[in-house]
Amino acid sequence: MIEHLELFFKAVFIDNMVFAVFLGMCSYLAVSKKVTTAVGLGAAVIFVLAITVPLNWLLDQYLLQPGALVWLGPEFADYDLGFLSFIMFIATIATMVQLVEIIVEKFSPSLYNSLGIFLPLIAVNCAILGGSLFMQSREIESLGLALNYGISSGIGWFLAILAIAAIREKIRYSSVPPALRGLGITFIITGLMGIGFLSFGGMLTGGDEEAAPVKETEATIEKVEKKGVKDELANNTKTLN
Amino acid sequence: MAILSKKDTKLITDPLADNNPITIQVLGICSALAITADLKASLVMGIAVLFVMGVGNVVISLLRNLIPSKIRIIVQLIVVASLVIVVDQFLKAYAFELSKTLSVFIGLIITNCIIMGRFEAFALANGPYRSFLDGIGNALGYAVILILVGFFRELLGAGTLFGIPVLGDPIEKTGLFSTGYENNGFMLMPPMALIIVGLIIWVQRSRNKELIED
Repeated sequence: MIEHLELFFKAVFIDNMVFAVFLGMCSYLAVSKKVTTAVGLGAAVIFVLAITVPLNWLLDQYLLQPGALVWLGPEFADYDLGFLSFIMFIATIATMVQLVEIIVEKFSPSLYNSLGIFLPLIAVNCAILGGSLFMQSREIESLGLALNYGISSGIGWFLAILAIAAIREKIRYSSVPPALRGLGITFIITGLMGIGFLSFGGMLTGGDEEAAPVKETEATIEKVEKKGVKDELANNTKTLN
Repeated sequence: MAILSKKDTKLITDPLADNNPITIQVLGICSALAITADLKASLVMGIAVLFVMGVGNVVISLLRNLIPSKIRIIVQLIVVASLVIVVDQFLKAYAFELSKTLSVFIGLIITNCIIMGRFEAFALANGPYRSFLDGIGNALGYAVILILVGFFRELLGAGTLFGIPVLGDPIEKTGLFSTGYENNGFMLMPPMALIIVGLIIWVQRSRNKELIED
């Protein structure tokens, strides 16, 4: 239970999709002029992430990871299809988005009317693919955690687009320097909000003297390194054999 | 530029300034900003996108009459994904350290809106040669902004360029540091990338009043 809670807070606040890793910025900037449309897109992102991340987790676990094919028989133990993950993930996402669109249109026309126009946009939203890729590189352990990660990073994205849309609605009444109007000021505000979100960094460590976000990146790098070493070892043993 | 006609030259030069994919078309910001903390990663990202866009635009343009319009997004994604796998495997083989720093962001080139955007807007309606030029032009425009941001962030944040100290040694207090100058570690934090892009937009739009939004 505690790990679910930890993952939730981490994905929503500390590693916020928009403010910490800049994912889904294109639609974030393009669809944040009005709060109502922002809410629609945000909800669609949560929805799609909640479906695609667990699905890609299954794919990763039983198809793509080194040794994942072992369920087919012992002779498949040293197959590594990891290089296929991009194409598998994006194909899953594109088909799922299409499928969700069809199903929602059939069974809930009212939901379709509010989400519908955003669904095709979502297939190319980096936050969705990013969710799956981070799920893979952070080595999330179980299907439940993967589902949790999908939903909570979606909520983080939702929060971000909601906040910026509200600010942009208000900022129309302020006198921004002409050359900064529109895009420029949105970038700078997002930057400032990002600085604000940095302060969530100490949330899970109890505010140690060291800034937590730095540790965070170090930890991920270390993890990636470890994985790399593992891969290297696997390759070496393969050549030896 | 004798090889290129005037119209073709425009395809390359336009995206570098007045029709820049990042600052004007607002495409491809997604995977770009997180990796600009140092110049080398920015440069490699720029080159990777250049390759994917150049080749991808040609492929899509060659296939444009064969792709049913209903499933074109999936086809485009598959083409980009295959090209990105090539780039990813290449980096893993020849620049392993770098591919670790770029981690998932190479993969995210797939959903880089700049690529899909140019496929939709240009390659689906034009011949392979012009599409190639358009791809190269837009990727260069993208790379220019990336390199600019990477330059300032690395210079002000770490006092180095491509990892080589240019402002002196902060510990030994040589060069500029002997005058009491300090590195601004904050420049290496992710939010600063956004603020620098915001400033670049500000400078660009102040110089060219036509680009101002209302």
